[in-house]
Amino acid sequence: MAEREFKLWRCLICSYVYDEALGDPEHGLPPGTRWEDVPRSWICPDCDVGKDEFEMVEI
Amino acid sequence: MTQSVVILGSGQAGVSVARELRKLNTDIELTIISTDDGGFYAKPTLSNALAAGKAPTQLLLSSADKLAEQLKARILAHTTVTAIDTQAKQIHTSIGPISYSALVLANGAQPIRLPLTGSGAADVLSVNNLDDYAIFRNTLQPGMHVAILGAGLIGCEFANDLRIAEHPVSVFDLAPQPLGRLLPPQAASFFAEKLNTAGVQFHFGTSITNVDSTAEGYALTTTDGQQFKADLVLSAIGLKPATELAAAAGLKTHRGIVVDRHLQTSVADVYALGDCAEVEGLVLPYILPIMNAARALAKTLAGDVTAVSYPAMPVVVKTPACPTVVSPPAIGAGGSWQEEVIEGGVRALYKAADGSLLGCALLGEASKERQSIAAQLPAVL
Ligand SMILES: Cc1cc2nc3c(=O)[nH]c(=O)nc-3n(C[C@H](O)[C@H](O)[C@H](O)COP(=O)(O)OP(=O)(O)OC[C@H]3O[C@@H](n4cnc5c(N)ncnc54)[C@H](O)[C@@H]3O)c2cc1C
Ligand SMILES: [Zn+2]
Repeated sequence: MAEREFKLWRCLICSYVYDEALGDPEHGLPPGTRWEDVPRSWICPDCDVGKDEFEMVEI
Repeated sequence: MTQSVVILGSGQAGVSVARELRKLNTDIELTIISTDDGGFYAKPTLSNALAAGKAPTQLLLSSADKLAEQLKARILAHTTVTAIDTQAKQIHTSIGPISYSALVLANGAQPIRLPLTGSGAADVLSVNNLDDYAIFRNTLQPGMHVAILGAGLIGCEFANDLRIAEHPVSVFDLAPQPLGRLLPPQAASFFAEKLNTAGVQFHFGTSITNVDSTAEGYALTTTDGQQFKADLVLSAIGLKPATELAAAAGLKTHRGIVVDRHLQTSVADVYALGDCAEVEGLVLPYILPIMNAARALAKTLAGDVTAVSYPAMPVVVKTPACPTVVSPPAIGAGGSWQEEVIEGGVRALYKAADGSLLGCALLGEASKERQSIAAQLPAVL
């Protein structure tokens, strides 16, 4: 099965980047966690906003 | 004939429409026009860049060239739109006329200026874009005492950020409390106390009328005749939607450029969103309303006419000294605040007579309840 490329999502409020490859292990998201699998209760580790305030970016 | 969408503005609103449109359609011709350099930055990062240890140049996320490539768009930077001709479907710019099949007004808002007198009045800074911010940071020297006019969201965020960088900070506001109608009384005192503990000096019930330039900096005079000193004066008393261009073109304007739920102005094929727009009577100068509007408008521009919906959109106030989440009740919403002081915080809920939740302000420890409480809030539109 072909590996789908990992994507980057950037917080529009503080510019924190969620990298699907790295996840957010400190907050229970192991490396490889896809954005669609990030729970709605997850908040930006740098500024506390929710998932809605993120946008997919090419960096 | 190929469709040509022209977007006025390269802020969050203009760029988001372009990004969302490109996800749906790659053929439409796209032109973005901006008085600034056409690069993209996240405006909210301006009020916490000191805490983040970032210089203004580090806040730029994509240059105009990179953005143009990503969006397959033509970006006309340092270009000013001077008039809109809705009959000819043309805009007039500093580099000549440009035709459109659809025009998106995303030209933002302008800082409101107090009518100040005095030899230092012209030196008063305000920050509403990255260029303003670079000027502010170039002027700011270590240890400078900063006077901030306005204790609203942006004034308080800058105050907290400057304290993190150890600047003495004084904040002046005619209102008796910070954050205006976003906070009921107990929440407001808790917030003021936390920022005060972090070293912010608040002066409520008073405003500045005169700023004189002196040998040591600036001398400020308040409405009640008091004198204060400062090394830099920053005005943050509010923003006014940029409606002049639209009004001059005969588009309906009120507080902002008046649009319906399709983000359409009073004239066909001309749309507006972001800080310049008044959507069904609502002027909401925040990121979440812009993202929702941009997604709906992109669909419409791609041929699938879509009305915007606003879910509850709580705003996180970026004041680390007092983590705060607010979702003010709609203007004229019948109801009242119920405030509960908890260990290390305040939970303020705005409820209708039947007990349903219409708004909230969650401070300190209570801000951690943001998600469960926000889930009970009604949709905004
Ligand atoms: C310091 C600060 C902190 C903030 N923090 C938050 C936050 O934490 N959360 C949140 O939700 N919101 C926050 N906001 C609000 C949010 O940033 C704005 O709502 C949003 O950025 C507005 O985007 P916009 O594209 O509508 O307007 P703008 O960013 O103002 O863009 C307007 C664009 O139009 C162009 N333009 C204007 N007139 C012309 C003309 N005549 N010709 C050509 N181009 C023109 C300008 O060059 C610019 O590119 C903050 C705002 C500030 C100032
Ligand atoms: Zn963030």
